[in-house]
Amino acid sequence: MKVIFLGATRGMGRALARELARRGHSLFLLGRSERELEKSARDLELHGAPAPVGYARCDLGQPELFEGALAAAEAALARADTVVVTAGLFATQEELEANAELAAELLQVNFTNTILFCEAARRRLLARGGGTLCVFSSVAGERGRKPVVLYGAAKGGLTRYLEGLDHRYYAQGLRVVTVKPGFVRTSMTIGLKPPPFAGEPDRVAKTVVNAIERGRTVVYAPPIWACIMAVVRRLPRFVMRKVNF
Amino acid sequence: MTTEELRQATSPQWCSPPVLVAGWGRFPVCEARLCANEDLGLVTPHGSLSRGLGRSYGDAALPAKRGDALTSTVLADRLLSFDPETGILRAEAGCPLWRIIELFLPRGWFPPVTPGTKFVTLGGMVAADVHGKMHHSQGTFGQHVTSVLLEVADGRRIECSPEHETELFDATLGGMGLTGHILEVAFRMQRIPSPWILEEVETFPNVPALLSALHQAGQHWPFTVAWADLLNPPPLFGRGALMKGRWALPHEAPSRLPQPPKSMKLPAVFPNWFLQPWMIRWFNRVYFYRAQRVRGRRVVDPESFFYPLDAVLDWNRVYGPRGFTQYQCVLPAEQGLEAHQRLLDRLLELQAPVFLAVIKDCGQEGRGILSFPRPGISYALDMPLSNRTQQIVDDLNDIVVKGGGRIYLAKDALTRPEHFRSMEPRLERFLTVRRKWDPTLRFRSALSARLFGDDP
Repeated sequence: MKVIFLGATRGMGRALARELARRGHSLFLLGRSERELEKSARDLELHGAPAPVGYARCDLGQPELFEGALAAAEAALARADTVVVTAGLFATQEELEANAELAAELLQVNFTNTILFCEAARRRLLARGGGTLCVFSSVAGERGRKPVVLYGAAKGGLTRYLEGLDHRYYAQGLRVVTVKPGFVRTSMTIGLKPPPFAGEPDRVAKTVVNAIERGRTVVYAPPIWACIMAVVRRLPRFVMRKVNF
Repeated sequence: MTTEELRQATSPQWCSPPVLVAGWGRFPVCEARLCANEDLGLVTPHGSLSRGLGRSYGDAALPAKRGDALTSTVLADRLLSFDPETGILRAEAGCPLWRIIELFLPRGWFPPVTPGTKFVTLGGMVAADVHGKMHHSQGTFGQHVTSVLLEVADGRRIECSPEHETELFDATLGGMGLTGHILEVAFRMQRIPSPWILEEVETFPNVPALLSALHQAGQHWPFTVAWADLLNPPPLFGRGALMKGRWALPHEAPSRLPQPPKSMKLPAVFPNWFLQPWMIRWFNRVYFYRAQRVRGRRVVDPESFFYPLDAVLDWNRVYGPRGFTQYQCVLPAEQGLEAHQRLLDRLLELQAPVFLAVIKDCGQEGRGILSFPRPGISYALDMPLSNRTQQIVDDLNDIVVKGGGRIYLAKDALTRPEHFRSMEPRLERFLTVRRKWDPTLRFRSALSARLFGDDP
């Protein structure tokens, strides 16, 4: 595969990019800091990605950069066939309630701008006859829950968009992979108390790369979260009002 | 507010609320806030010390004061460059040794020095100037380090090496993280003829025979280590096995790559009463019989040879919540066997519960000012914590002071400052360099408070 990757410098993105590199896939990195991108590019080459791993600046907070960044990626990786998006913001419900500006920013980045980026990527993939678009949503979008009301709302919207995209463009060769990570121990979740079944980024990465290679549409990672969310989706409202997850 | 500022506000400094941290011995335990980020430079300003994977045994990676912030390096784990001409590998401080082995063993490279576990970070390997089964042939890890990027107390980043800022470099090797935050490490990897080890095992009836065989084996074998039963009463006391190894040559080794051995995870902390001395006495017997059975030469995979204990992740949990300590000292070679005999006699007399005893041959002293190894024999003794442990450590330290030896800070939790000062004439020089770069003693740890007298 030839993969354009937004978010490879941190957390699950870093682990996922390394797993792709280990399996010998070509990579082009998009991210906010050139200094960090440069380090991650060298790391991925040493993990087995064909050198050179190129990179360009792109920020989910600045939609005007999307087209340029994707064009640079396509110029470097002739015939890129996969776009992966792991980037996103996280803040706790308490932080978001206390800071309206932050809430607006998070909703903008995780919903509107992520979708705008996917639209740009989708157009380019379809123009070359199809390809894979793998986007990290979250189990937080599955059910309105107390600790993730705002974050979950953005992720829920994103999930729905990806579902529609799959229905609309499947026949034209677009493969959409929606990844729904449960709690994974990364810098995004540092300081939060890990629940039971918390995942490790390296395991999640293996699960996701397998899903991309096999063309699965929805992946829960770690997979146990598929069962957990199946239960959570069915809980009646009076229970959801009582419990704190 | 710009987006950047908003993001700073979201995760103020990426620090956790206070959590309990401990070393590998699970004693002592202390509250600390851990600050971690993939971009290490964002969290170094907040930490009074860097902490890696927490594999030092005692209080070396604990805060000097309860609740202090530590910089956790584990997310800064990228490889930055590798030059196949020179073998020089550069990586971020939090890069774990297992990642390097996983990537480079199949390509015919191995770190020149490895400690007894692969679950350590490069930063930790520099800070403790680790040694291993190859000390007599290769020295400590620090001897292969070509450069260290260090963030010192005033926030400057200093690239120090054997050619540049040598004094700071020497203080950082074995300096237990007290000279600053180690950000990046470059070191020379070693070419290996095959990814397999040729191992030879011999058994001996007593410690003197074991020591002389260990010394002789060191002349021909790059890797040697001895294990001894110091728990069963005489005549079993002192029986031991000597493991020798070298990289197998291509015609001696299987043509396939070794599979990483499966590791087992202990589900929970065992209760204190779980590990009884009689069980360990039997374990020591069984271990000896097993060594007798596998005597002779065989080809083994490097991970089981270098890291036998990594087969059980979290093996420190078998000791229970009380924890354990590893007492490791080196006794100089030039003074004959007298001090060794005193040490063994004292262990017998005290009936010290030495569950595991590892004996190593040490070669030349490295360049690290506080680096542990020196020519002689090193003993590493695992003991469960009890109200007698302090007394045992004090008694052993008396013997080590008299014998001109020293202890290993990466293992220590219980040594008294007066003992440490009398075994470390090098301490003054270290403290001088440290004060030069860090006059306000911004970098400190529970260990530096205990042994160097820093204010907590």
